[in-house]
Amino acid sequence: MKIRNPPAPEKSELNMTSMIDIVFLLLIFFVMTFKVVELEGDFSIKMPLAGTSNATIDPTDLPLELRLLADDTGNLAGMKLNDIQMGTGPEGFDKLRGTIVGQMASAGPIAEEAGEGPEVEIDTDYNLRYEYVIRAITAVSGYKDGDQVVKLIEKIKFAKPRR
Amino acid sequence: MRVKRKPVDMAEGDMTPMIDMTFQLIAFFMVLINFAQTEANDHVVLPNSQLVKPPEAPLEAPIILHVAADGRVYLGGDDYTAETLRLGLDRELAVIRGEGKTPADANVVIRGHKDCAAGEIQEIVRVCQDSKLVNFALRVKEDKS
Repeated sequence: MKIRNPPAPEKSELNMTSMIDIVFLLLIFFVMTFKVVELEGDFSIKMPLAGTSNATIDPTDLPLELRLLADDTGNLAGMKLNDIQMGTGPEGFDKLRGTIVGQMASAGPIAEEAGEGPEVEIDTDYNLRYEYVIRAITAVSGYKDGDQVVKLIEKIKFAKPRR
Repeated sequence: MRVKRKPVDMAEGDMTPMIDMTFQLIAFFMVLINFAQTEANDHVVLPNSQLVKPPEAPLEAPIILHVAADGRVYLGGDDYTAETLRLGLDRELAVIRGEGKTPADANVVIRGHKDCAAGEIQEIVRVCQDSKLVNFALRVKEDKS
């Protein structure tokens, strides 16, 4: 017997709903946890407790003293390098860097080994915002010449805290 | 003439481009997600500096101190003040000594909030020095401007 109307083959379709649900959940998770990576770096400081060294102190090896003064709100009110006024603001930090560059140039070439070179002691008012200390450390540590970093002072220490 | 009623097709949108895009978005976020940001702390906004570069090698025996704007110090999930920090440091140093290292081998990473008082950082450094720690790293954000 001839069958006239054979039944049309059923289209097999996958049910995508659950997959799309999970995919959207994953997407929401990643969007919510996404955070732009901020690159971080360190200023490395070797700072043993004062008085542990038995070596006699040569007066010419005394560190440069950087005094940072704060106003009542914790902003920078003044900056002195060995009692020489540097001022405040970006110009102050530029002047500080210029003074350090001048001193390094007049002192002549220094040995490349670690532990050589001048040292700076940072003596800051207690309430000064830490941001200014980092800006001062940046100014004395070096400067950028294009993509190159020119290093200045690598030995940095903190004075006793002023309560 | 009698017209036969045809069965109405269900209007189905083509989901393929949407699923493609969604998978691409997931792949994008998966590649960029950084689960290794365990060092970060919500209480700390680091100051910027143009001179720093991300370290090429991880620091040996790091002790990471997060200093919030109010001067509280976060170490290993607990919070301390500069006066009580010694307790937390002793715990960390016990672990370091257990690994056969000395405090002089350890590196104290100070992640200070940009608005915290500089004196608080000095106090923390002094407490660390009392615990025979000598290597410090002041962590800052790289400023590419």
